[in-house]
Amino acid sequence: MDLNFTPDEIAFRDEVRAFLKDHLPADIREKMIEGHHPSKDDMVRWTRILNKKGWAVSHWPKEWGGTGWSPVKQYIFQEETMAAPAPQLLPFGVSMVGPVIYTFGNEAQKKRYLPAIANLDEWWCQGFSEPGAGSDLASLKTTAKREGDHYIVNGQKTWTTLAQYADWIFMLVRTDPAAKKQEGISFLLIDMKTPGITVRPIVTIDGGHEVNEVFFDDVRVPAENLVGQENKGWDYAKFLLGNERVGIARIGMTKERIRRVKQLAASERDGERRLIDDPRFREKLAWIEVELKALEMTQMRVLAAESKRERGKPDPASSILKIKGSELQQAIRELALDVAGPYAAPYREEVEHGWNEPPAGPDWASTIAPAYFNYRKVSIYGGSNEIQKNIIAKAVLGL
Amino acid sequence: MDFELSEEQRMLKDSVDRLMADEYDFDQRKKHLKGPHGFSDGVWSQFAELGLLALPFSEADGGFGGGPIETMLVMESLGHGLSLEPYFASVVLCGGLLRHAGSPEQRAHWAPQIASGEKKFAFAHAERHSRYDIGHVETKAVAQDGGYVLNGEKSLVLNGDAADMLIVSARVSGGARDRDGIGLFIVDARAPGVTRRGYALQDDRRAAEITLHNVKVDAQHVLGAPGKAFDAIERTMGEAIVAACAEAVGCMDEMHKQTVEYLKTRKQFGVTIGSFQALQHRAVEMFVALEQARSITMYATMLAASDDAEERRRAISAAKAQVGRSIRFVGQQAIQLHGGVGMTHELKVGHYFKRATVIDMFGGDADYHLAKIADAGGLAS
Ligand SMILES: Cc1cc2nc3c(=O)[nH]c(=O)nc-3n(C[C@H](O)[C@H](O)[C@H](O)COP(=O)(O)OP(=O)(O)OC[C@H]3O[C@@H](n4cnc5c(N)ncnc54)[C@H](O)[C@@H]3O)c2cc1C
Repeated sequence: MDLNFTPDEIAFRDEVRAFLKDHLPADIREKMIEGHHPSKDDMVRWTRILNKKGWAVSHWPKEWGGTGWSPVKQYIFQEETMAAPAPQLLPFGVSMVGPVIYTFGNEAQKKRYLPAIANLDEWWCQGFSEPGAGSDLASLKTTAKREGDHYIVNGQKTWTTLAQYADWIFMLVRTDPAAKKQEGISFLLIDMKTPGITVRPIVTIDGGHEVNEVFFDDVRVPAENLVGQENKGWDYAKFLLGNERVGIARIGMTKERIRRVKQLAASERDGERRLIDDPRFREKLAWIEVELKALEMTQMRVLAAESKRERGKPDPASSILKIKGSELQQAIRELALDVAGPYAAPYREEVEHGWNEPPAGPDWASTIAPAYFNYRKVSIYGGSNEIQKNIIAKAVLGL
Repeated sequence: MDFELSEEQRMLKDSVDRLMADEYDFDQRKKHLKGPHGFSDGVWSQFAELGLLALPFSEADGGFGGGPIETMLVMESLGHGLSLEPYFASVVLCGGLLRHAGSPEQRAHWAPQIASGEKKFAFAHAERHSRYDIGHVETKAVAQDGGYVLNGEKSLVLNGDAADMLIVSARVSGGARDRDGIGLFIVDARAPGVTRRGYALQDDRRAAEITLHNVKVDAQHVLGAPGKAFDAIERTMGEAIVAACAEAVGCMDEMHKQTVEYLKTRKQFGVTIGSFQALQHRAVEMFVALEQARSITMYATMLAASDDAEERRRAISAAKAQVGRSIRFVGQQAIQLHGGVGMTHELKVGHYFKRATVIDMFGGDADYHLAKIADAGGLAS
């Protein structure tokens, strides 16, 4: 057991820091600090800056643009970028469909899709959930019927994040209605421009447009867009969801938010004293920091064990990362709400290219309540915290 | 011990519930929201016809002599209905100031105008740096020609954009946070020197930033003894906090109901999700948090009119602390147990979550009131 990074790892960290300092555009960084969502253009710009450096898909195989970094270096890189704070890369390409394609896809698919993911030339979205298939994902009903060299897709997906920008959607579809639930599912790549696809926005409680319903009406998809084997899609989905859980603790991001909350609490006065000088407030903040440190160590343990595990088999302890990681993301945003107090109440409208002037109170307060509302999502998506607990109870505790 | 409502109180509650059921379903509410001030003038008139706007005023002032219990009943029903009407601003806050600070002549003059709905009032009190301190007033009132001249900026004035009249707190003497030296002034919202900028809050209600620039107030519009208004403000804010707790109880009751209903209908894995024991227990924990909030709100309601200021203060802080904690838990779990649909603007439950969250920000959050109780040596006296 040794907590220290090696000299090589420290040099690497410094290199990443220096790169972020020089290359993360100031306007994007500012936006992130203030708690605004990065725009599509921000995401594209930042991904391309990273890709030029060869760091956009660092965890991929070298052949497809990966770096070959050790898990510890991957971790350092993630931490530093989130702490910068830089936008998180669009996960649907980089962390989800990309790994599925390079693991289970054919050569033609790898060549066709992977470079465009790395450079965000193509925007991907995830078409898994349906109105009737959330936690019980395997009950999905969207069908793909083989007709000659095409699949004809019919059905509906929902909660599709940022589908409004998407060029492509990766889907779980039912190809064998007669088979058992998990066994008749295939993994299909669909061009969003194909006739018969309709995207309808869903407005969330914070007033944002982040998720969508996507409808499929006799959508003709070339059979070559099938990934891997027909009716084996569930295996690929499990592999993908396993990858999703590892990055989901967002420890670096919570650290960055803690710094932000400290800074705000130092700027906001409660009568004679600064909020940060209130011992009750400091204790609440300290507890979040303690829990986060413990989680960081759990993350390290999972990472260290991961390099020794069979690929594609997620560590059940990674469910801890999702549960605690999401709780802490929520806790720090709730604490920010306490800091803003009454000044979080005004609603600041998000307009197409930015935001209106904040109607009242300090500038920074306008994103606080929306973030508190919006981050309720992190314990719902990616396998809800209740589902994560079911997994731990079964897989770890044997209950 | 008696927690039963009187016949009259039950009729009052039923009539507000019925009005909200008839006029404030989710679609109607969307229409009301589009009104010029974000509520419905039609429903407001019905509030007046039902006597709700006259409720807390004494019979001598043309009211019905209702007390904190009656206000609690109305506010809880408005919480259930997710009302957008300026009842809290006009009747609870400004009605309270008028009752606690107004001279008999002032009450006789203004109470009937609030009660009839003819004039809507808003309380222009909070400022950029006042946070939860109700004694923090920097706006200045300078004596001139037998009256006063007001200068300053007021923030987060609930329904300030729709108000015909404002009750403005301003300092006649002392420093920013002195309890002594605060006065209350009735100001026509359209008077020269008053500038208002209205905006929406997170929960769809509206507020305004108000600037007062050399606003003249004549002697008869000075509410109570200038410089001695703190007690009236504290009494009124205390009653208002309890009323807000009741509204929050209404919101939480709705969130809990909707969640339990959802658990009974939503199916995953071939069964209703309400059959999962983990979720049953969570719904029970929400129920516990709700009932704790309801109980302490009743407690504070019954003590809100007590003449023992110390007892009153502690009861009010206890209520706001418990209700604040319950708001967070019930709200967060209501969303969680709905899954993705809980996150949508289309579903009612998220709107209750937001209303309750904004109520939590009014008059001090749970931490603020817990600190008050702790500093006072606890609840038992
Ligand atoms: C903001 C946001 C973005 C999303 N983005 C995407 C996306 O891009 N692509 C995509 O495919 N999906 C996406 N999702 C969907 C997400 O994965 C689902 O919301 C999630 O799987 C939960 O499903 P559900 O919403 O149907 O809730 P349900 O499954 O109906 O769950 C409702 C409640 O029941 C609980 N529950 C369910 N089953 C059990 C059980 N067995 N034991 C105990 N409790 C249980 C849940 O935890 C939850 O609290 C997104 C969701 C959100 C909120």
